[in-house]
Amino acid sequence: MKKMFKGIKQGLVAGAAAMGILMSVGAQANLLGDIEKRGVIRVAVPQDFPPFGSVGTDLKPRGYDIDMANHIAEEMGVKLELITVTSANRIPYLQTGRADLVISSLGKNAEREKAIDFTRAYAPFFLGVFGDPDINVAAPADLTGKVVGVTRGAVEDMELEKVMPVGATLKRFEDNNTTLSAYLSGQVTLIATGNLVAAEIAKRRPEQAPVTKFMLRDSPCYIGLKKDEAELQARVNEIIAQALESGKLNSISETWLKAPLPEGFGS
Amino acid sequence: MLNFSDLLPYTDLLLQGLGVTVLLTLYSTLGGVAIGTACAAGRHYGGPKMRWLIGSYVELIRNTPFIVQLFFIFFGLPAIGLKLTAWEAGLLAMLINLGAYSTEIIRAGLAATPKGQIEAARVLGLSSKQILFRVVLNPAFEKIYPALTSQCIIVMLGSAVVSQISVMDLTYAANLIQSRNFRSFEAYLVVAGMYLLFAILMRQLFEWTGRRLFRHRRVGA
Repeated sequence: MKKMFKGIKQGLVAGAAAMGILMSVGAQANLLGDIEKRGVIRVAVPQDFPPFGSVGTDLKPRGYDIDMANHIAEEMGVKLELITVTSANRIPYLQTGRADLVISSLGKNAEREKAIDFTRAYAPFFLGVFGDPDINVAAPADLTGKVVGVTRGAVEDMELEKVMPVGATLKRFEDNNTTLSAYLSGQVTLIATGNLVAAEIAKRRPEQAPVTKFMLRDSPCYIGLKKDEAELQARVNEIIAQALESGKLNSISETWLKAPLPEGFGS
Repeated sequence: MLNFSDLLPYTDLLLQGLGVTVLLTLYSTLGGVAIGTACAAGRHYGGPKMRWLIGSYVELIRNTPFIVQLFFIFFGLPAIGLKLTAWEAGLLAMLINLGAYSTEIIRAGLAATPKGQIEAARVLGLSSKQILFRVVLNPAFEKIYPALTSQCIIVMLGSAVVSQISVMDLTYAANLIQSRNFRSFEAYLVVAGMYLLFAILMRQLFEWTGRRLFRHRRVGA
């Protein structure tokens, strides 16, 4: 056991040292210039996280993240090379210089911000209350007298409990699928869940597609890139801003999330 | 480290849950035994069509899992326009479940009553109402009373499943507490104790009732 720990420790030290060398080499170069010279941009995308990235029936990656990567490559006038990553190794791919950008439904947090830089938000990811279009609910206070279905113990369960008025009832179900069944069978007309789950319902039962009532917790996705690549960061930010304005981003959202971007997204 | 004081803020929730479980059990026991008695009489004395109909009901319920019956009522029936609340769906599932099992138990009691006994009562000039209650049902129930008691307790314990469709029963309370403070050992231990106490009380209540219902008889007759 002790020996194994020692081995792991040595490996970690060596890895950190190697990473340090790679990072210092990378910092001197201008990645945006490199990409343009190469004529190819390498983007790390997920393949196991629909609707952001999954493998289609033609065995090619498809999804929100892939469309975003295509759009950026197009705007930059370079070819796109997709690298499929998992959520565990997407940041190491950036740090070791094997990918120029990570478009992999990456959320921002303090720890990650120490390791990599982020562009502006490109995709909405949030927990909220969703439901039947006919129900008039726009804020937690409107839930008085209403019944909301939620998966017990999930983050949205706790978040909703914090803001819920006294007159509202929470119906807690065992797991996500039971909550979905409760909504689809009409046992509850409002559910608290993530926007991806709501999108999944919209995909499977378009006639019962739930609409967003209000947000409980907002944690949009950002594009990740290596630290200190200000030119590349500025260029990608510019492309996202244009896509937001032209409606391109909204149409990607409509395609994959079956809902328009939430109001005030990216501002 | 065990810490039972973490459960104190949830005392109300636990007591409410116990109340729901007790009410569900009370209604389903009374209703279920009534359904069982009617169906047993129908299956024992009725014509072939009725026997077949009741037989199908009994076999359908006894040979499918309770949770599937419950989900079918709660999630399935709305598709044909019958939308019940979680509480109604839970009670209905328990009623038809106990109804089916008690049909078979009570039918065994009826079958064990010799035909000659009914004929003798008729010869003695008893009214059909007297025959039904005193000559047929009373001895039949006495014979199968311990089995019926156990079945009612099994249904009470099985009611834990209704927490899956958001009925706020005792198990729902335990699940919720466990998901909030992660004290699974304490929460489930306390709730298991509450079920145990309730089951023991239920058995004693049945015995007490039994002594009053069958007091004119010799023990073990």
